[in-house]
Amino acid sequence: MVGPLDTVLLVALGVLALVFGALVFTLNSMARVTFALLAALVCVGGITAVLGLPYLGVVIVLMMVMEMVIMAVFMIAYMMNPAGLMPMSMLHNKRGALAISGVVFAALVAGIFAVPWPARTGIRPRDTTFQVGRSLMGDQMLTMVTLGFVLLATMVGATVLATRRGRYDRFGDDLDRRPADDPAGGGVGR
Amino acid sequence: MTFELILVLAAGLFCTGLFGALSQQSIVMIMMGIELMIGGIIVAAADFWHFLAPAQGSGQVVIVAAVVAMAVEMAMGFAVTTAIYRARQVDMTDMAEELKG
Repeated sequence: MVGPLDTVLLVALGVLALVFGALVFTLNSMARVTFALLAALVCVGGITAVLGLPYLGVVIVLMMVMEMVIMAVFMIAYMMNPAGLMPMSMLHNKRGALAISGVVFAALVAGIFAVPWPARTGIRPRDTTFQVGRSLMGDQMLTMVTLGFVLLATMVGATVLATRRGRYDRFGDDLDRRPADDPAGGGVGR
Repeated sequence: MTFELILVLAAGLFCTGLFGALSQQSIVMIMMGIELMIGGIIVAAADFWHFLAPAQGSGQVVIVAAVVAMAVEMAMGFAVTTAIYRARQVDMTDMAEELKG
């Protein structure tokens, strides 16, 4: 099922993912934190690829690289300590959070070893990319359609939230103010 | 045994992210915690697919859904951060507690 090379890769990527995951919440500099998270999620993509899903693994790696580079910009823009020049704690209720996550981890591990997992059913298809494509365009079409609408709603919602001045700012509460109240003139006929 | 160990790795990633999401003050850092939690879910889904039901495509669809959830969370999180920062210069959770009961 898993060859020796794959086992070595899985162990290495797993340990690295955990180490970088822990670094995300221990490093001081925001830029370093972002790239630690990027490294952890690239390891996640690597594990996915080693487990026989190369397409999804590569998608995860590429997406995370883009996402974390964007995140780095936001981190440096919004954080109180962008470069980590002043070591400071940004935590609240650390003990409670540690207790909750520790209890959750213990419960998950207990469940993992207590549950009698079923035996493997079926054999792996030769082309797993083909399998996910068939699935998304066939049985799971409803999932795909739903995900598409979710992404569209996200695009619209994020744009609306991030817009500084909406139509109510321009046209008044009843949308009947003409011409629009714009801080700077311009455009056709204005 | 490999199956259980990879699940433990997924649980570890999930709980590291959970700790971060609960303990961080900065809104952006909370989003990083949530990203790490979804990363754990991806590992668990790939593990289940590989070791329990490789003949089913639905295991892979779970990963696709998790990746989409990651992207959506990131986009909406940044939009909300931008909106609340623009409205009242808030970038920490402790400063945004008007709705606290």
